[in-house]
Amino acid sequence: MAKILMKGNEAIGEGAVRAGCRYFFGYPITPQSELPHYLAKRMPEVGGLYLQAESEVASINMVFGAAGAGARVMTSSSGPGISLMQEGISYLAGAELPCVIVNMIRGGPGLGNIAPAQSDYFQATKGGGHGDYRLIVLAPASVQEIIDLMQDAFDLSDKYRNPVMLMGDGVLGQMMEPVEIGAERKAELPEKPWAATGRLKGKEKKLINSLYIVPENCEAHNLKLDKKYSGIKEAEQRWEEYRTEGAEMVLVAFGTSARICKSVVDICREEGLPVGLLRPITLWPFPEKGINGLIESVKSFLTVEMNMGQMIEDVKLSANGKKPVFFYGRAGGMIPVARDIYNEVKKILNGGAA
Amino acid sequence: MKKVFQRPKSLKDMPFHYCPGCTHGIAHRLVAEVIDELDIFEKTIAVAPVGCSVFCYEYFDCDAYQASHGRAPAVATGIKRVLSDRVVFTYQGDGDLAAIGTGEIVHAAARGENFTVIFINNAVYAMTGGQMAPTSLLGQKTTTTPFGRDHKLNGSPVRMSEMLSVLDGTAYAARVSLHNPANVTRARKAIKKAFEVQVAGLGFSMVEVLSACPTNWGLPPLKALKWLEDNMLVYYPLGEFKRPAEVI
Repeated sequence: MAKILMKGNEAIGEGAVRAGCRYFFGYPITPQSELPHYLAKRMPEVGGLYLQAESEVASINMVFGAAGAGARVMTSSSGPGISLMQEGISYLAGAELPCVIVNMIRGGPGLGNIAPAQSDYFQATKGGGHGDYRLIVLAPASVQEIIDLMQDAFDLSDKYRNPVMLMGDGVLGQMMEPVEIGAERKAELPEKPWAATGRLKGKEKKLINSLYIVPENCEAHNLKLDKKYSGIKEAEQRWEEYRTEGAEMVLVAFGTSARICKSVVDICREEGLPVGLLRPITLWPFPEKGINGLIESVKSFLTVEMNMGQMIEDVKLSANGKKPVFFYGRAGGMIPVARDIYNEVKKILNGGAA
Repeated sequence: MKKVFQRPKSLKDMPFHYCPGCTHGIAHRLVAEVIDELDIFEKTIAVAPVGCSVFCYEYFDCDAYQASHGRAPAVATGIKRVLSDRVVFTYQGDGDLAAIGTGEIVHAAARGENFTVIFINNAVYAMTGGQMAPTSLLGQKTTTTPFGRDHKLNGSPVRMSEMLSVLDGTAYAARVSLHNPANVTRARKAIKKAFEVQVAGLGFSMVEVLSACPTNWGLPPLKALKWLEDNMLVYYPLGEFKRPAEVI
């Protein structure tokens, strides 16, 4: 099939439609606007619904209702809007409802700006909302990967009855790349016997709920969730390794910063420097297996992020003190430049000298 | 012998947790009777709020959702947009609907979402310990207005039914009261109309139900009903503020 040129934000929309998503609830925010624009046109074509909510708080609760009714449903936003959704995300996780939430991260904190950033890593992977819960967090690094991961995002959310977040940034959302989207096929949607759709034909009562007023019951619920999260941690870690064979230093980066790091690795390799890249595709569960696989052979890791150092905590936890983990980052909507990362690599390889 | 009175089928056979003299029980019963009478039980879905009536999902025997505080109209929107042939209703208190959830109720009404809202107005936050609600009356003593609600400090109570009735999407808005049997009968009629409006697909419908909270008002049950009649009816006039052009 011929490739077509597509913008990242539109690819999220088309990927969702191809995955069988027929309900989108959202509130406008930059830099993800092309996605709602695309779906406002596309959803009616496939018999789906695009509904603009009065706020992100309303959007995520509309998602709650639609997900409980058994629909494949999504919302999207960016930093401040995702912050507003946190209570609803906690309820979705507590009630074990599947849905996909897209965060095209912008510079923060506060109103920050609309430039690309990766500063919502903590919020996505460490909670964000209240209570013990986890989101599955996917971080694509190309428009093609966006299309592919949207399918996986919906499948994973249904498989585990858990919200899934797809995290990108303004660069991924705005850039155009050739993609292969394949022939349209009928999405196979799993049965959802737990959905609360009314007691037609005397069906047993269904309740969509996150309230467990008796502490013993709430603890049991938390233990059940924890067991699910452990299973996800074991089965779903994903990462890409790039030129890690024989690498003494491995860069660790996701999304847009990982693309820049690939160029840095190429430059280093041309010069004979043994440098590779590990690109987490799942941010939660973090690919500690990937780090563990390299821990004996590498001498150090350099985490590169578009923030002041968030994922580095997971890299350090995975390395567990066995090898040093360094950091290089740009923040506030600034993008790391390959030359600067390269200089950082040289500095570390030279034992700290610039 | 002919049975003249029984538990509505839509209510589960279990004791309510509500305080003595609380009128949630009557409101629950009226909703359940209407669901039975219209024969819509199998396709009815309830959305419970945060507040005293959070456990209404246990009492209504239909499928149910427990929504976050104030967001029942957004949750109901999601449900109804997916399952447009079902009957969906939210059951919300005054803190839930008229304070934290004001945005959601206004925009659900503005969009003409085709579901029904049962809005319990007892002029107080009851579950959390009797704090001032957006609907507390001027001069009313609550745990957070120990000297009485002061207009200068707290503004004035919100009349939600009147507010929502001016929106085009609202098909039906009425205020009723549960302070005596005659009004309970009128309340039942209004609730029935609201569900009929939904079944006919006419748009957003809401019934505001003036209710008593003896515990947090600090009154015995009968005196609470009298207080409701003497004070709440003055500020909150009963009646239909919006009804569809079609005669139901």
